[in-house]
Amino acid sequence: MPVLELREVTKVFPGVVANDRVSLTLEEREIVALLGENGAGKSTLMNVVYGLLSADHGEILVDGQPVKIRSSRHAIDLGIGMVHQHFMLVEPLTVTENIILGREPGRMGVIDMNAARKKVAEISERYGLRIDPDARISELEVGLQQRVEILKALYQGARVLILDEPTAVLTPQEVRELFAVVRSLVDEGLSVVFITHKLEEVMAVADRIVVMRDGAVVGEVRPSETDEIGLARLMVGRDVVLRIDKQPVKCGETVLDIRDLSVKSDRNLSAVNGVSFTVCGGEIVAIAGVSGNGQTELVEALVGLRRPESGSITLKGNDITRASARSSIEIGVSHIPEDRHRRGLVLTFNLAENLVLGDHRLKPYATRGIMHPREITSMAKKRIADYDIRTPSEKLIASSLSGGNQQKVVVAREIGRNPELLVAAQPTRGLDVGAIEFVHRQIIAERTSGKAVLLISLELEEVLSLADRILVMYEGRIVKEFSAEQADAETLGYFMTGGGGTKLDKGGADLTMTGSGVGA
Amino acid sequence: MSESREVVPTQRAWMSVVQKIGTPIISTVLAIAVGSFIIWISGYDPAEAFAALFKGAFGGPRQTGETILRSTPLILAGLAVGYGFRAGLFNIGAEGQLMMGGLLVAWLGVQMAGLSSVVTIPTLLVAAALAGAAWAFIPAILKARIGAHEVITTMMFSHIARYIVAWLTAGPIKAPGQIPQTVNLTESAQIPRIQSLFSEGALEALPFLNLGRAHLGILIAIAAAVGVWLVLRYTTLGYENRAVGLSPWAAETAGISVQWTTVKALCISGALAGLAGGIEVMGLQHRIFDQFSAGVGFTGIAVALLAKNHPIGIIAAALLFGALSAGSGTMQLEAGVSQKIILIIQALVIFFVAAEGIVNWFIRKRQKEAASSAE
Repeated sequence: MPVLELREVTKVFPGVVANDRVSLTLEEREIVALLGENGAGKSTLMNVVYGLLSADHGEILVDGQPVKIRSSRHAIDLGIGMVHQHFMLVEPLTVTENIILGREPGRMGVIDMNAARKKVAEISERYGLRIDPDARISELEVGLQQRVEILKALYQGARVLILDEPTAVLTPQEVRELFAVVRSLVDEGLSVVFITHKLEEVMAVADRIVVMRDGAVVGEVRPSETDEIGLARLMVGRDVVLRIDKQPVKCGETVLDIRDLSVKSDRNLSAVNGVSFTVCGGEIVAIAGVSGNGQTELVEALVGLRRPESGSITLKGNDITRASARSSIEIGVSHIPEDRHRRGLVLTFNLAENLVLGDHRLKPYATRGIMHPREITSMAKKRIADYDIRTPSEKLIASSLSGGNQQKVVVAREIGRNPELLVAAQPTRGLDVGAIEFVHRQIIAERTSGKAVLLISLELEEVLSLADRILVMYEGRIVKEFSAEQADAETLGYFMTGGGGTKLDKGGADLTMTGSGVGA
Repeated sequence: MSESREVVPTQRAWMSVVQKIGTPIISTVLAIAVGSFIIWISGYDPAEAFAALFKGAFGGPRQTGETILRSTPLILAGLAVGYGFRAGLFNIGAEGQLMMGGLLVAWLGVQMAGLSSVVTIPTLLVAAALAGAAWAFIPAILKARIGAHEVITTMMFSHIARYIVAWLTAGPIKAPGQIPQTVNLTESAQIPRIQSLFSEGALEALPFLNLGRAHLGILIAIAAAVGVWLVLRYTTLGYENRAVGLSPWAAETAGISVQWTTVKALCISGALAGLAGGIEVMGLQHRIFDQFSAGVGFTGIAVALLAKNHPIGIIAAALLFGALSAGSGTMQLEAGVSQKIILIIQALVIFFVAAEGIVNWFIRKRQKEAASSAE
């Protein structure tokens, strides 16, 4: 008997059928991957199971018994736990305090902290999820915060664990650790639903793969019966090019020249430490590295959001070391920010207003401080058509678009400006295969037209597929340079985690244990 | 959850307008309903009270004039607060900027006695705006430079302004006599009453022009509202103001200086508040004294909240608050209900606007009922 079964579950939102008669079973000790593009209805389905949304039609059975799940509290009582993509933790509290939150042991309003700590230690021992129960959440790595979320679900008695895009925020190292945790949970008798849009992950971890598209289940396979190409086709509904062919590099004149650049972080620590490199026209240079090794500060210095401590940045012979963000844009630097919700878009602006952001003072969109809505609208319409942004109108606010379409707005604006240099920071984070392919094509098109591209990515696959040259960044320094042909994932990973001589002991030892050597 | 957030293309433009003004209107209705209940449990007849209130606010040309008179500074104070809000700034000290605008006008207007009103009035209006902007400038710089919160600083500056006015009118610029106030402005420095534009004959023939104390400042206030609306919609200044208000990070990334935008926004906000004070002196009081504003700057916050910071909505919200204030005297006289009930209703309006969730719950309930009755 399946521990969880969905029969013909349908959920309709105004104007869209999010789940269309979805049926699904989860056996005991099974890992089912729910695979689909963003907007395919995976999270909606699991929110129905977790009691956050109520289904319009259909049935949910837990242990063979039909149930009507009214709230997440009810779901927890039924033994269903969920770890959301965005963690629901109270940062200033400790691990133990977060885990017991809502179900504190004790009497008459006094929490029995000793009993709580003991219980937490017991669970963490049993499932091999080691953690310091007295650490504050704000001090923990993202991977460990996720571990707290899992522990919390286990503390609440979960037998079915739903993981919503659990790898989106993790480093490759942490992903591997998570997979090990998931397997040990299953060994202990749990059943897991793993929501993702990443193909290699489902191949690595799932017992069974359920593929969703446009709200409906379009296929169900076992990893042994398929490959990534087949899954991608099922997921997107057409053939997808996972690696785009490109012409060999034709290096033009040097566009970007960075020399001995040092930048400090918000906490006034040295984040970028004497970095030098160049990017020429027609070339894609990628910076590979584990998150938190100075990439963010390097990009911010480059686009005028942060003052460098020393060194120089030159763009086509112009010194832009201390240029403001505004003059940086005007001199020809475009920037796809790593956090599109925070820095890339004004979510409550409409698409036209977002598409003109940064160019809003310039002709033909404005003259002497007066904006020209007609010019802006026609530009927006053109960009929407050129970059295949799926929207009925340029007057819609940005937050109403899917993640992939939002990123297309950013890409359309930054590339549409026709820059000398494109700085793309994690341009495909959180996107599905279809959108990733689109963004990759646009980046390669920039290269083909002779522009310089600096790509910053945590995804090795992306780096290997796009870059002509790869610079590995570790603890604020460029520790290794590869040409595209020389590099492979293993070697890159080795240097990214501090291999090859630079502080080998510290980096190597820390990473295998808890990942605390690198910030996220 | 970004899943399934698809677009509903059937949404029409008028629907979004209805949605925008729905909350303020329902909030007002709810506030009046709760106010009626309070009047009723106090032992009075709500229908009689509101009839008297309406009579006092719109019962005749003189009463309508009183409503216009009281709405005039509220429009400008509402715009001041609203413009700040659009940049993500809460200028809670509009009252202080308003007082400084009034103070400079009361002093400078007397100095300019003898000059033609063609010179005097525009000069005084500009002076009022500059005084308000200057009074907002220091909190603005503190905010931009060291991040001092504008709620605290503008509030404190409001107190300072109040005591400066109290001190100056009690001594250095006090008019002869017992009362702490300045000398009256000469006629050339006054904004004329609306009815003074028409001849005796015209007023007799068209009695609705007898608008009592209402003055031409209302036209300046409406022009300012249209101006602010145009600035927000059609200028880079307004665009950057809105961008910073909605997402300072995205604005910064797009090369917009958040600090400089903050300074500009607070100064423009202060200028509008200063204009409110100046016009109040030039159009109504003709002099300044200790308590001359009576909280107009604070009511401006309520006006901006009710209008959701939309300049044109601010005109409507200011008219509502002006009418409530103008009619309250008649209500007390004729229905015996204390004027203070108006303050309660004003507070309730703001409560319901702020508690938008409650109002939305009402709207959804109505929609559900409509949907089920349609089936």
